[in-house]
Amino acid sequence: MQFMLLFSRQGKLRLQKWYVPLSDKEKKKITRELVQTVLARKPKMCSFLEWRDLKIVYKRYASLYFCCAIEGQDNELITLEIIHRYVELLDKYFGSVCELDVIFNFEKAYFILDEFLLGGEAQETSKKNVLKAIEQADLLQESEDWGSLQSDEIL
Amino acid sequence: MPAVSKGDGMRGLAVFISDIRNCKSKEAEIKRINKELANIRSKFKGDKALDGYSKKKYVCKLLFIFLLGHDIDFGHMEAVNLLSSNKYTEKQIGYLFISVLVNSNSELIRLINNAIKNDLSSRNPTFMCLALHCIANVGSREMAEAFASEIPRILVAGDTMDSVKQSAALCLLRLYKTSPDLVLMGEWTSRVVHLLNDQHMGVVTAAISLITCLSQKNPDEFKTCVSLAVSRLSRIVSSASTDLQDYTYYFVPAPWLSCKLLRLLQCYPPPEDGAVKGRLVECLETILNKAQEPPKSKKVQHSNAKNAILFEAISLIIHYDSEPNLLVRACNQLGQFLQHRETNLRYLALESMCTLASSEFSHEAVKTHIETVINALKTERDVSVRQRAADLLYAMCDRSNAKQIVAEMLSYLETADYSIREEMVLKVAILAEKYAVDYSWYVDTILNLIRIAGDYVSEEVWYRVIQIVINRDDVQGFAGSYLLFSPIISGRCVVPLVQFNLLHSKFHLCSVPTRALLLSAYIKFINLFPETKVTIQEVLRCDSQIRNSDVELQQRAVEYLKLSSIASTDVLATVLEEMPPFPERESSILAKLKKKKGPGAVSVTELDDSKREGGELNGGGERAADTAAMAASNASTPSPSADLLGIRSSAPMGAAPAAAGSLLVDVFSEAGPAAPAAAVNNDGFLRFVCKNNGVLFENQLLQIGIKSEYRQNLGRMYLFYGNKTSVQFASFSTTVSCPGELTPQLNVQSKPVEPLVEGGAQIQQVLNIECLSDFSDAPLLNIKFRYGGALQNLTLKLPVTINKFFQPTEMTSQDFFQRWKQLRSALLDNVDPNPENYVCAGVIQTKGQQVGCLLRLEPNAQAQMYRLTLRCSKESVSKRLCELLSQQF
Repeated sequence: MQFMLLFSRQGKLRLQKWYVPLSDKEKKKITRELVQTVLARKPKMCSFLEWRDLKIVYKRYASLYFCCAIEGQDNELITLEIIHRYVELLDKYFGSVCELDVIFNFEKAYFILDEFLLGGEAQETSKKNVLKAIEQADLLQESEDWGSLQSDEIL
Repeated sequence: MPAVSKGDGMRGLAVFISDIRNCKSKEAEIKRINKELANIRSKFKGDKALDGYSKKKYVCKLLFIFLLGHDIDFGHMEAVNLLSSNKYTEKQIGYLFISVLVNSNSELIRLINNAIKNDLSSRNPTFMCLALHCIANVGSREMAEAFASEIPRILVAGDTMDSVKQSAALCLLRLYKTSPDLVLMGEWTSRVVHLLNDQHMGVVTAAISLITCLSQKNPDEFKTCVSLAVSRLSRIVSSASTDLQDYTYYFVPAPWLSCKLLRLLQCYPPPEDGAVKGRLVECLETILNKAQEPPKSKKVQHSNAKNAILFEAISLIIHYDSEPNLLVRACNQLGQFLQHRETNLRYLALESMCTLASSEFSHEAVKTHIETVINALKTERDVSVRQRAADLLYAMCDRSNAKQIVAEMLSYLETADYSIREEMVLKVAILAEKYAVDYSWYVDTILNLIRIAGDYVSEEVWYRVIQIVINRDDVQGFAGSYLLFSPIISGRCVVPLVQFNLLHSKFHLCSVPTRALLLSAYIKFINLFPETKVTIQEVLRCDSQIRNSDVELQQRAVEYLKLSSIASTDVLATVLEEMPPFPERESSILAKLKKKKGPGAVSVTELDDSKREGGELNGGGERAADTAAMAASNASTPSPSADLLGIRSSAPMGAAPAAAGSLLVDVFSEAGPAAPAAAVNNDGFLRFVCKNNGVLFENQLLQIGIKSEYRQNLGRMYLFYGNKTSVQFASFSTTVSCPGELTPQLNVQSKPVEPLVEGGAQIQQVLNIECLSDFSDAPLLNIKFRYGGALQNLTLKLPVTINKFFQPTEMTSQDFFQRWKQLRSALLDNVDPNPENYVCAGVIQTKGQQVGCLLRLEPNAQAQMYRLTLRCSKESVSKRLCELLSQQF
């Protein structure tokens, strides 16, 4: 996989993960172009499309679009299920995930993705194992944060 | 309102994010962000040392601001500080910031690498994983340099935790992709391959991606993975749906791993070991069988996962292309999907069938689905699916169904989406030509094509049609009845002036090359229909023609106008005699489609095919010889009209200068595995007798430019080889030779060139040339390279001629004539004391001797002739110079 983008129906980018080195300018250009292309498609259309020399696999969950760019040899259907498994992971972690969870806990969304996919390839496909890793980290965090909560400022 | 944030206490961050979300305008958002940036900056600069928690919070805010699309130019140092924190969450945010906002600051990279090194050696698996994730996310060369040798050790070490192994495998994959030279598996190879046997499915899932990538580059070193992959696959395929516990996905056992295993096997030919092969065929059959079983769940995830494996298995079957039984079964399965209610499956089935169509075992089976595919082309609501249907129709087309498919594609074109019209037009044009049985059908199809989608018919198609029509007498009568071609061919019906006006009404809409063609058509009008002469002359005379800013158009307008007014009808009829047939050559439209779709899209067999069949259509290659002969006679007759309508004016029509016709190196002419011996191309040679720089040779693939300089008896020539395609040339090599007599006369030394020329790239080669004694022949340059599997072989005469070694000499007229007379004994005395004559003097420098040369050029404007006299101190030199220079006029 070359990159994964999460964006809203309004075209706002919620998460971006790049597995190939690109400049910030290129990333912005690609994002703009793809968001436009995908949003223009009608609901019943097929989830795959050719774009430049890549294949785009996308799926909409509620107000969020999940969009992956894969190479010619890669498998479209299994990529579609990569998206679904990621949604399941978010859902299980946040408990009925919604767009707001991804906005306010964007760092968690990135951590979960890193446990699931690394370098653009599936690292661990077991839902249990991925969540175990994340929950362990949360346990560490809770014990760490115990003292610092009080000192938190609004600004 | 902020959503409940789980496990996290960064309230300041949540408040900031809601503030941003509440901003009513872009300006308000920017204002809020600037305020926050100022705040964070002051905190970072403040005297009071920040605790880790605050640092984490501010770094996280900066990250959020960056992800919103704003630039961040500080905070990197604070993020790096977080890396060395003992608290997991602080470290984690530090790594996240670094992963998203890598900075090329070398000082920072050193610090980051240090922190990573510490975490890798910490033996704390959670820290090790964070460090490995960071390397995998950044994947920079500096990181590869620092860690590429360390990670394989972590990957295969017996005491490494599974989760760390998984991260290490994919981390290594990322480094291998960016810096393959730094990742050396060497002694680890066999232990890495054996990770396929690991008990932990997650480890196998991660490791197999690395193994697949390494196998693609070094198949021999990793070939033991084939049997391991087959047995792993076999165990998964035969397992019950619950055996693999959490690696079962919607009742499908380990779909990701299965797909990756099937993908790995596609890096290799079918297993040679009979038992392994038998086991694999069994797996593939099981996968095909399972597709027929009733689904275990109604959920789309179940069918997607199951079909993902099925499509990957079909890819492997197509890759092997050796099991007719499996190929036909695959085809039948895809046939079922063609009518599936899931759009995604219809799309993939159409796509996958395209590759099946090119296998001889399944081509016929694919053809049986023609009606369904045509129906898809007509009724699919999604353009990307219709596109796949069009591709498949193109792929399944052969003589038996060409008429039907071309007709369907034509009727689809009437309503086709603009985005795919041009490609459709090319496909119709190619199929029409490739499978034409009778020419009237061909011309009919093409003219229909032009009628339906004229705007999308590229110049290549036009040129190709004109070429074919002109080469076939029997088509001309048919095509002649069409208005469009009549002036070019013979013009049978319709009032000529009406025809002309119609044609000319479109003139201003045409591109320059088309306008040039039209102008040539106009002069042919004058020849065939004298009644149009006055009108056409008026057109040619108007400023937009005769003063056109395009030189080619202007020249044509001026020349044709003059020709029509001074030449007698006889002369005109001779000059404008019917064009001889075009030299046989391959279709340029196929090249265009290939270029559009990338080299993989048109398979080699297809090209071979079209080569054979295209040849038939064009009426054989023997006509090329006639053309060349005719061109030669044209060139040697120095009549003024030959200059006007000589071979050059036919060039824009897509015909190569006829003399080069039979020597033309085309993309398709050497598609076979063995390249025929290349004939010497000396087309560019004569143009360089009097110039040193320019383009020596050009075809569809390659452009060769030269730049040369000479001093005394030495010369240096720079050759520039430009790859005009988007695909790299492999095994690119060049040799320069001095055949026969030339060996002792000229010494040419060249440095070898890089064997790879990337698409669009240009490489340079330097030749050092030493002239040992006077010479007449030219050195030969032979170029060989592979373009998409086909060997290209090309030999050119290098324009190294004796006159390059001239050194000019100043002399007075008295001196000149004194020497002229001294040399007269060698040549006839024919001195004409005319002030318009040119005289030159120079010395040819060779290593062995110097040869003085005097030259006199005496033009006779009235007779449009000239006389050239050379007097040299060596007879062979004057002879050669005379040959070279006389060809320049």
